[in-house]
Amino acid sequence: MKQLIGVINLDHELEELKELTYFRCGAAVPYAGRYRLIDFVLSNMMNAGIESIGVFVRRKYRSLMDHLGDGKPWDLDRKHGGMFILPPDWNDPTDTSQGDLQHFHNNLDFFHRGAGQYVVHAGSRHVTKADLQDVYRYHISKGADVTLVCKKVDQLLPEHDACVKVDHDGDGNVVDIHQSANHPNIYTEIFIMEKELFLRQVQRCIDHGESHFFRDVIQKNPDGLNIAAYAYDGYHAVINSIDSYYRNSMDLLNTGQYEQLFKEDPIQTKIKYEAPAKYLDTADVKHSLLANGCIVGGEVEDSILFRGVQVAKGAKIKGSIIMQKCYIGEGTVLENVILDKDVRLTGGQTLIGDPSNPYILAKSTII
Amino acid sequence: MAKKEVVAMLLAGGQGKRLKGLTKSLAKPAVYFGGTYRIIDFPLSNCSNSGIDTVGVLTQYEPLVLHSYIGIGSDWDLDRKNGGVYVLPPHEREDGSSWYRGTADAIFRNLNFIEQFDPEHVLILSGDHIYKMDYEKMLQYHKEKDADCTISVIDVSLEEASRFGVLNTNDDYSIYEFEEKPPEPKSTLASMGIYLFKWDVLKRFLIQDEQQASTSYDFGKDIIPLLLENEKSLYAYPFEGYWKDVGTIRSLWESNMDLLDEDTPFNLNDPDWRIFTRNPNQPAQYISPSGKVRNCIISEGTVVHGEVNHSVLFYGIEVGENSAVIDSVIMPRVKIGQNVRIYRAIIAEGLVIPDGTQISPAPGDESDILLVDQEELERQLRQGITSKA
Repeated sequence: MKQLIGVINLDHELEELKELTYFRCGAAVPYAGRYRLIDFVLSNMMNAGIESIGVFVRRKYRSLMDHLGDGKPWDLDRKHGGMFILPPDWNDPTDTSQGDLQHFHNNLDFFHRGAGQYVVHAGSRHVTKADLQDVYRYHISKGADVTLVCKKVDQLLPEHDACVKVDHDGDGNVVDIHQSANHPNIYTEIFIMEKELFLRQVQRCIDHGESHFFRDVIQKNPDGLNIAAYAYDGYHAVINSIDSYYRNSMDLLNTGQYEQLFKEDPIQTKIKYEAPAKYLDTADVKHSLLANGCIVGGEVEDSILFRGVQVAKGAKIKGSIIMQKCYIGEGTVLENVILDKDVRLTGGQTLIGDPSNPYILAKSTII
Repeated sequence: MAKKEVVAMLLAGGQGKRLKGLTKSLAKPAVYFGGTYRIIDFPLSNCSNSGIDTVGVLTQYEPLVLHSYIGIGSDWDLDRKNGGVYVLPPHEREDGSSWYRGTADAIFRNLNFIEQFDPEHVLILSGDHIYKMDYEKMLQYHKEKDADCTISVIDVSLEEASRFGVLNTNDDYSIYEFEEKPPEPKSTLASMGIYLFKWDVLKRFLIQDEQQASTSYDFGKDIIPLLLENEKSLYAYPFEGYWKDVGTIRSLWESNMDLLDEDTPFNLNDPDWRIFTRNPNQPAQYISPSGKVRNCIISEGTVVHGEVNHSVLFYGIEVGENSAVIDSVIMPRVKIGQNVRIYRAIIAEGLVIPDGTQISPAPGDESDILLVDQEELERQLRQGITSKA
């Protein structure tokens, strides 16, 4: 869809996932067996036919850049447009902009060169399958200045505390934006607005020494913008803590959640050339997600194994998330554990965490 | 085009009649293998891993899938500015049009393609074998022997040898005789259908052979005997490792089953020799609480609620509750209902197996493997082999 320009704004995203974000930004955290969190928003944009996407990064983006490459998996390796990874530009001494405004201000070329008339903004912490074309159509039909994509959750969970909440009248017109804890209508960090208006507001905020586009333009709304709410009702997970990461990952083991996330429109990710998973004669695998390249000789239950994990005979894994290329040696017992990439357990260890506080081993740990 | 030391020519036009329903609308090299691959992935990955970056793929029979699958070759790292992969179907020329009449004719008709790279050597490969081979090592051997032609051979049993082209060699592996499917083989060195030629020699003999009235335009039947007749220097290159001609339903099934051994003779997980393939991009596979998987290979995007034992499952498959898949190969996107039993079968791509279906070879025929395509499935269902469990 040429009318839309994608903005993936990672500027305010904190590295909230303990060991998992020691060496990478949140957007690059592995999720659902073979993806990274950013794959979901990128795939949504791809599925809406968005051809020009800027990824605004600030910190720890090496692994993110490695993952995104030239954008080919998302069809974003284009002659015109495509994907642009835009780190901050610190070099202009006359630049007075702050926060995410600085990114937008320093990359005006990205906005001007893209053919799109509308900006679709998103982050990486909300995993959704939002149909952005539908959001765009809604935005146009509402004649709104800004449309926020909201998810009304059935059950408020700890991760929703930090989320922005949206109140609207019966017609989907936003009347209040706040952060109260006990409110079920969650803002998914996806909004859409006309490009010219977006850039005008960026400039106005900079002129007033402000630093946060959403807070200072949309939430405070000093210009009385007409803000609409789009009700999204598909898969939704907020990943902003180890607890929410672990719980939402485990929820994917419910057939319903798995289907909601994967049944339609594939999620694209960086291609690896792994052989299919191999289950040895001694394997006993139940209620688990496994990616290609795994070789399983032991017991695996209620767990997620990423690409290329090896589980030796006699190893027992339960309630755990094992990331890419980990090796679990003979006689190892793991329960409620998260192993980051390339962890090597030589054998015989017992690591047991609590479901509410899983035990985490950082990338490349060898025991 | 810059000069290349080696150009590979991959013969991928074969119909593969013995694979029956699997090749009804698919060239044999495009047939699925090993949970996520197609047969042609193996020679293409071998080229890529051997550092051969110029590959002509000769297509003819049902080329649609093969052409779109190969694309620009990026999956095998063969999207190059200078060289890369080229799909070469037969085409009309000023002197008329005809299909490729044989393996040698296919190469003959692409002399101009090869000439533009001015190669020293040409490697002839076929698209219907499962193996991992470093062609670079074969080239070294070929150069050391200063051979006009080097033929890769594998040692087979004496009983098997009569199924192959057999090479009779001296102690130094120089070839003095070639016999196509001899009833009483004199040696056990079977040709793997991999030939490495000095390009100027091959070119001369291809042109010569093309002018003979009696030729069948075949490397084994015509070109190799012609070279021997003319006392060219031919050597056998002994290959050790896994190699399988997957030309029949039985051998295709066997080769898939070979992957299941714990110490498989054919390891697909070798990081130093990856087999590249077009990635179907599916989510992680899901084994449900009722799922039971043992001694099998399963690819991403497959959901297992039933039991899978000693089988190879491709991607996007569903195995329903109380269903069992045993000693079988299930191709991509097959939907298996509930209470289904599949035993010693190959199930073709995309079939929907209704609840309660029982699929197995004729009772008592333990040696047979049942190929189930749409036609066969309907026949089975009509015959009432289906029984509600």
